[in-house]
Amino acid sequence: MARALINVPATAQKGEAVEIKVLIQHPMETGFRTGPDGKLIPRDIIQRFSCTYAGQEVFAADLYPAVAANPFFSFFTLATESGPLVFKWTDNAGKEESQSADIAVT
Amino acid sequence: MSTRRETLIGGGAVALALALRPALARATPETMAAAVAAFTKGLAVKPGRVTIDIPPLVENGNSVPLTISVDSPMTELDHVNAIAVFAEKNPLPNVVTFALTPRSGKAVVSTRIRLGDSQILLVIAQLSDGSFWSQKAELIVTLPACVEVL
Repeated sequence: MARALINVPATAQKGEAVEIKVLIQHPMETGFRTGPDGKLIPRDIIQRFSCTYAGQEVFAADLYPAVAANPFFSFFTLATESGPLVFKWTDNAGKEESQSADIAVT
Repeated sequence: MSTRRETLIGGGAVALALALRPALARATPETMAAAVAAFTKGLAVKPGRVTIDIPPLVENGNSVPLTISVDSPMTELDHVNAIAVFAEKNPLPNVVTFALTPRSGKAVVSTRIRLGDSQILLVIAQLSDGSFWSQKAELIVTLPACVEVL
C-alpha cells in the first residue's frame, strides 16, 4: 500500500481555482538501472494518475520512467461543488490505488 | 591466481561495457522526433505561449522541480487539452503528459522529473483549437540520474 499525501483546501469559494498538491510514495524504478548482480532491476512505475471531481475527470497525467521517485503533482481545479475529489493511480503491473479528499464549496 | 593476460582481458571487457552503456541508455533524435510526432500527430508546432520554470543549473538530476504554465484563458471554448514534456537525452524521450480540462481553471502544473544529462527540455501544449505551442529550456545537469551503480 503506497501512501499518498494529498493537499486540498478544506473550503473554497465557488468558481475559485484551487491548487491541489499530491505526493505519492512510490519508488518509480526506471527499469534502466542494474542491481548488484548486474541484472536490470525490473521496471516499477506509476503509469497513470487521475483526479475526478464530482464524477468528472479534471486532471490526468501519463507518467514515464523520467518522473522522479515519489511523484509530486500540483495543479489547479475550479471549485464547483462540495464533495470528494477522488485521486486514482495505476502502476505498470495494473495495480490500482485511490484516495479521496473532501472540499466544502460556499 | 590470474595471469597478466586474463587481467587485461577482464579490464578490457569492463572498459567496453562502460563505453557501451551510455550508448544503450539514450534516446536518439529519431526516437525523440517519433515521440513528438506521436503527440502532435505530425501537425506543426509554433513556439510561444508556454512558460517553463526550471532551474537552469541542476545539481541532482534525480529530482528536478518543473513548473509549466500556458497562456490560456481556460474557458470552455479556449483551453489547454494536454501538455507533454520531452527530454532528448533521457533513456526514453517522453517524460510526462498532462491532460487538462476547462475545469482546471488555470493552466499551471508542477512536478518533479529525472534528467539523464545536460540537455534541452521541450514542452509542447495542445490547445482546444487543435494548435500546438512549444517552449524549450536549456539545462546543465551536474549529477545526472540513472548512472548510480548499486
